[in-house]
Amino acid sequence: MLVPGADFPHLCAQCEDYPCVEACPFKALSISRKTSAVLVNDEKCTGCGKCIEACPGRIPHMHPADKKIVICDLCNGNPQCVKVCQEGGWNVLKTVTRGEHPYRLYARKPEEQTRSLAIKLYGEKAEEFI
Amino acid sequence: MILGYAGKFLEIGLSEGAFKDVTFDDELLKDYVGGRGLAAKILCDRLIGEWEELDPLGPDNVLLFLPGPLTGFFPGGRVCVSGKSPQSNGVVGSTVGGEFGVELRCAGYDGVIVTGQAEKPVYVFIKDSDVEIRDASRIWGKDGKETNTLLNKECRRLLSERYPRYGEWKEPAKLYIGPAGENKVRTAVVVAKWTHAAGYGGYGAVMGSKNLKAVAVKGTGPLPEVADLGKVRRMINAVDKSAYENVLWRRWGTGGGGYSFAAKSSSEPIRNWQEEWHDEKSYGVDQFENRVWVKQSWSDFGCPTNCLKIAFVKSGKFKGAITDNPDYELQAYLGPNLGIFTPEEDVFMASLIDDLGLCGIQTGNVMGFAAELFQRGILSKNDLDGIELKWGDTEAFAKLAKKIALREGVGNLLAEGTYRAALKIGKMKGKDVLQYAVQSKGIGIGAHGIRSGKDFSTDIGYACSVQCGDHTSITDLPVDGALGEVWAVFNDSAICCNFSGGFGLPRNLKFDFYNAVTGLELTRENWGKGGGLKTLQIQRALLLLGGPDLKWNPKVHDDNPSRFYEPLPSGPYKGKAADRTSVRESVQEYYQEAGWDENGVPKSETLEKLELGDVDKALRKLRK
Repeated sequence: MLVPGADFPHLCAQCEDYPCVEACPFKALSISRKTSAVLVNDEKCTGCGKCIEACPGRIPHMHPADKKIVICDLCNGNPQCVKVCQEGGWNVLKTVTRGEHPYRLYARKPEEQTRSLAIKLYGEKAEEFI
Repeated sequence: MILGYAGKFLEIGLSEGAFKDVTFDDELLKDYVGGRGLAAKILCDRLIGEWEELDPLGPDNVLLFLPGPLTGFFPGGRVCVSGKSPQSNGVVGSTVGGEFGVELRCAGYDGVIVTGQAEKPVYVFIKDSDVEIRDASRIWGKDGKETNTLLNKECRRLLSERYPRYGEWKEPAKLYIGPAGENKVRTAVVVAKWTHAAGYGGYGAVMGSKNLKAVAVKGTGPLPEVADLGKVRRMINAVDKSAYENVLWRRWGTGGGGYSFAAKSSSEPIRNWQEEWHDEKSYGVDQFENRVWVKQSWSDFGCPTNCLKIAFVKSGKFKGAITDNPDYELQAYLGPNLGIFTPEEDVFMASLIDDLGLCGIQTGNVMGFAAELFQRGILSKNDLDGIELKWGDTEAFAKLAKKIALREGVGNLLAEGTYRAALKIGKMKGKDVLQYAVQSKGIGIGAHGIRSGKDFSTDIGYACSVQCGDHTSITDLPVDGALGEVWAVFNDSAICCNFSGGFGLPRNLKFDFYNAVTGLELTRENWGKGGGLKTLQIQRALLLLGGPDLKWNPKVHDDNPSRFYEPLPSGPYKGKAADRTSVRESVQEYYQEAGWDENGVPKSETLEKLELGDVDKALRKLRK
């Protein structure tokens, strides 16, 4: 975390308008019919990084060895991050059904997200750390 | 190559500004594993010949940052910091939480060995196999929180410039020092993430002496390959499960101790250990939670326990202070030990200590010592640069802590730590003040007293420990008994967190875990008689060789601080004290069991049996 204590998972916000898919020049990204998550076709992905630029949260991640983009595919409807978070009793992550969620609200860059979380914890003091 | 290791160590020569990869034999790694064990072995092999003349704060000391083969796998990652200690003049394996060890192993290294001394302030930036020694003049002099922010900004900028198509970089893991380390204060720590510290040993001062402000590391590779991945997964789940069941521990961390170690077990330092009992319910952990905690769960990577809490003072005189929890040790040493019984004031003190890069335990110990001398009229207001060091005066203690970190005035004297300061003050005042120094061989005693007999610390726990006052490395009889130091050696070498793996786990689990990672077959028994004992003998030998400013005489120094022989003045265990005769006897018994002679020096036959011939040779002069 950029500010100690202000940790958060920097996760795909599941935008409804799919700017990453739109931005891909090689049609390597598609939308899952089952979960509506973004799927990456590794054979088509060239690792150009256009989807990172298009994402309002800069969330897609380039695999350091394969040089292919990694985007959350919701583990085919059974997200493992949610599972372990529940097992540990933290209850921070939950699965929700697709609905009227304002997805775009959550697609934010790490700095923005850290800033709001740090201000929540430390008030105006947080400004010193970001 | 043994599985579970990345396969190489990074050696950085700061004098030349050069670095290279080094490796160690499989046989050596089997015996010493990593972390504390490997640190003892590396220091012994390189420096035992010149140990007594070696200045821990000079360019020839070797500073080590060593994770172990379990770092990254065993839930709750830690890394061990070591070298010749400027506190004990021996070797202390001081572990600190955070992501440093995990990032380092993902970068392809099993550890970092730092030699020499940089000409001007530098920091080291490691990104996988790209290693760079960078100018740190902009960061030098900055406090802990500023250092963390500046390093984050600089390293993330460098990463995004160099690897523009990667996406967002998570900031690298960092170990750094505050002003105290820069000023070579012997109670300075190596810090991570604002509030984590490798405290015992004083390695912040060693970093400072090398002009090394920080090491930052980002690894993008996988963790090393393990022998049995399925088993490792199952073991991780077992440790997680056991941690999840520890409901109180997860809720309070060690913070429950500030009240309970005083009210229940009478083993908490109060006003420099003049008492060990209080019943201040205002100092209960529920008060910390209600008044200062802004976050209940804070974990390092992979940690199921989240014993950290975030404390923040929201209003009043000390508004804006941030620290973790505070954990029990800092609750005790920066609270009741200084006569402070208010959560907000304790949080302020802990936050200040973090920022200055001081050790809360050692600095709380030396400040409590000074305050007792003031109480007794031995140190005057004048001696203390005008500070009236009254018990409970938080602002006075804060002023003193800053002076210590900057080595200003009386701070320069107290920056030497309790034992060395006591010698100097004794000379200055013509009085024996060592009786008020609650320490063991240069290291202040952890906040677990022995007088009531109700805490985990045993009556020879500190007296015979090779890490002296370190409460996480105490001794017990028999040598490989339940609380024996060889198990602490394993925890600090492999490396396992004491808290994620300490309670409710089957005793063999850590060894099974190690075997699943490495593919070896190590048993508890073999460790207690083999690698664990070897490390202990090396640490003992280097502690006894000591120097250059101080040497330990086991007859005098393998003992408790004299305060522990004074009867407890209050509480349910009023009147109880350690017994000199029985302590003396237990110490002798420990010597025998550990294979040491009646003067506490490891015997030739012991060392030969453990194939430590070079150690035996170096110890000959002590046996006369």
